[in-house]
Amino acid sequence: MNRMLTAIALPDFEDASAPAPAYSGRGGWRAFRPARPAASDGPVIDRRNGTDRRVTTSSPEADWTEALLRVRDHRDRAAFAVLFRHFAPRVKAFLIKSGSDAALAEECAQDVMTTLWNKAHLYDPARASVATWVFTIARNRRIDILRRTRRPEPEDLPWGPEHEPDQADALALQQDSARLAAALRNLPDKQRALIEQAYFADRSHSEIAAATGLPLGTIKSRIRLALDRLRHDLT
Amino acid sequence: MTPSSMTPTIRHPLPDDLLLAYTTGSLPEAFNLLIATHLSLCDESRATVAAFDALGGALLDSLDADADPDGEAGLEAGLQAVLRRLDRTPPEPPVRPARRHAPGIFPAPLQDHVGGDLAAVRWRPVGMGVRQAILKTGPGARARLLYIPAGAAVPDHGHHGRELTLVLQGAFSDAGGRFARGDVEVADPEVEHTPTAEPGEDCICLAATDAPLRFRGLLPRLVQPFLKI
Repeated sequence: MNRMLTAIALPDFEDASAPAPAYSGRGGWRAFRPARPAASDGPVIDRRNGTDRRVTTSSPEADWTEALLRVRDHRDRAAFAVLFRHFAPRVKAFLIKSGSDAALAEECAQDVMTTLWNKAHLYDPARASVATWVFTIARNRRIDILRRTRRPEPEDLPWGPEHEPDQADALALQQDSARLAAALRNLPDKQRALIEQAYFADRSHSEIAAATGLPLGTIKSRIRLALDRLRHDLT
Repeated sequence: MTPSSMTPTIRHPLPDDLLLAYTTGSLPEAFNLLIATHLSLCDESRATVAAFDALGGALLDSLDADADPDGEAGLEAGLQAVLRRLDRTPPEPPVRPARRHAPGIFPAPLQDHVGGDLAAVRWRPVGMGVRQAILKTGPGARARLLYIPAGAAVPDHGHHGRELTLVLQGAFSDAGGRFARGDVEVADPEVEHTPTAEPGEDCICLAATDAPLRFRGLLPRLVQPFLKI
């Protein structure tokens, strides 16, 4: 088994101090997810109905999720403005790191945020964090402008009786996202730099090797180390 | 009911470097098509891609928002421009339109590309009873469907770059092992292999190969300015 990052999805129910990150959704995490823990294993709050404010204001991830759900369900412009002020500069920075000039990056960031508004009805908080969803929109926009190539999406698979996402799934995913962000901050600079290059610079390993002068084997093993380390930090 | 009861057991999922490249969007269309088709059949690879998407989200979120050359005023101007744009764009229908796909052996991304299932494929004989159909894709790599009669071997087809072969029906074996529906064989250029279809059922595969000038071919003029270094 050399799936590097799948452990990110693995719940960690033994650790009572950490909430169980039962990453799930129809995107395939469920394949790795054991049965949902008994209520006594989780926080004291009723996670299923999620009415306690502590559930929805516990992290920045939760705030973005709440804002996007307000956009999705109520076409809330104030919530959209909150999301815009946070994510638009980051999408712009992402495109500038990809080598775009500031004007094109600004235009694309506006496109990405418009797409977020227009496609908000497709957002499923049990399936992706807001940051992840914005990343996929920005990535697709970059493919459109840079490569003008098609990138088909996998089939939307039915996932049986558990199909309906619930609050617990969404909350678990937010907690996973927060832990992933923390793990990313702790990554050694050299490893992080290569992960960034792979994501931002739109490069294959071979292209990174050509640009940095590092041997291809070094690049691959350093990226693998980085992914291993992220996995380790999340278990 | 678990997903594994609906999807085949995959013994040969794709390696991480290809799934990461699919996530970051740095692959040519033929590889994207094969990987999207494989992901439709393989829970393990889907989970890996979902994790890579999440890592992309975490990376994006960690970027320094204060580095924006247009600053605070630019941000507010951008917001106002987008808000005006929202007024002009009607919202999309609230329900994702269901794509119509015939029941068959091709997962949705491949049906979308071919324009149907097996019956829509126009095969050409390549010898020894083996047939193929080249699929139209963008530059950088080629995709084709292969039809190998049960018990037959694929004639030497000489690939220059990395070749991915995804099994859609039946199974084949070669020195790399046995490959069944959903499995992908990853063959590097130096690999000499003679895939042989198992007796009993004709084997149908989707294969994608790098064009010889993969990296140069991948950098049309639009991309060049973005790879400054």
